Amino acid sequence: MACEVISPGLSTTVQDRGRPGYYNVGIPEGGSMDRYSAELANALVGNPPEAAVLECTYLGPVLRLTEAATIAVTGAPVPVKVNGEERPGWTRLALEAGDELSFGTLGGGTRFYIAFAGGIDVPEVLGSRSTYILGGIGGVNGRKLEAGDVVPIGTSETEPPGAGTLPEEFRPTFAKEQSVRIVMGLYDHRLTEAGRESLLSSEWKVTPVADRMGIRYSGPGVEWKEREQPFGAGSDPSNIVDAGYAVGSIQIPGGTQPIILHRDAVSGGGYAMVATVISADMDLLARAAPGTATRFVEVSLEEALEARRERAAYRDRALTSLAEA
Amino acid sequence: MATVISPLPGIFYRKPGPGKDPFVEVGDAVEAGQTIGIVEIMKQFTEIQSDTAGVIESFEADDGAMVNPGDTLVVVREATA
Repeated sequence: MACEVISPGLSTTVQDRGRPGYYNVGIPEGGSMDRYSAELANALVGNPPEAAVLECTYLGPVLRLTEAATIAVTGAPVPVKVNGEERPGWTRLALEAGDELSFGTLGGGTRFYIAFAGGIDVPEVLGSRSTYILGGIGGVNGRKLEAGDVVPIGTSETEPPGAGTLPEEFRPTFAKEQSVRIVMGLYDHRLTEAGRESLLSSEWKVTPVADRMGIRYSGPGVEWKEREQPFGAGSDPSNIVDAGYAVGSIQIPGGTQPIILHRDAVSGGGYAMVATVISADMDLLARAAPGTATRFVEVSLEEALEARRERAAYRDRALTSLAEA
Repeated sequence: MATVISPLPGIFYRKPGPGKDPFVEVGDAVEAGQTIGIVEIMKQFTEIQSDTAGVIESFEADDGAMVNPGDTLVVVREATA
């Protein structure tokens, strides 16, 4: 089975849970930006959580099915259309051979996910089907979809869950305001007291410069401490001797616009990381559309780990709600 | 009146490039499918077209403005048959 790409949308890529284990050699983990939405799309069609889905950014694709297929669309709110007729999101849909799947204008957020029962069946590269565009690996020929591509879909070996739709209480919100939890460090000592205060008390706005690698914010800026330029570091006040970057870490080049590294970020470089977004809030960041007003809230490592447990429990309750209906 | 909306977020440009003339001006006639501007997001430039033929009545977004999905960019006075 397969689907044909009539129109690719802005940036539609194959993604799964990513390829951990190669960041030390410069290959990011990647995978679905909004892990929760992608996993629930898979669950709705009865796929295992590691199945590959299509991640659609802002402007959706137009796809035609070569055979009947079971799909679900989750993530950012978007009108889902089958042969031009609107169908619900977060819901399992049965499509016929020849059906055309298209999308309306996004109602918020950034990305939505299409899961097909059986999963997207492109070859695994380093243990994952995720497309890493910069490296040109994974997905369909290591790139975003193009018109004329034929995307292979696997055969489903599992039954879909009892429920065909996810209850509202388990659907994320796609608000224009976000509160993002961060753990300070490793280089927050390079900020002045006023700089630290500015990071934590100001409102920062997501700029249009945001993609799978990182998200840039505008705001009042922060102040760095005076220092003598260390041997091996650049002249920018936020430059350090090169170090490994954590996914979710926040850099503020020049002290003006914070950049948060996301799933496809480079693995190292010479900018001080003042804080790191907690893993439980990485999906939240992935949903931040340009213009989203953001506040950074400092939490302890213990609180971050507790938030991770809470998030996993919430996901498990969502999965259970599908299975039990 | 018909409107042209932006289907995606980004920076709206009325010109195809720096130093170039705008795609269209107020009072210009447009065909259905004619490009009226560009929206830039993720280093990609998406041409925005008018669905209707008519005359440009007004611009609702300035050159270089940040726009959101669903924002009106241009109002077009439909051509009378």
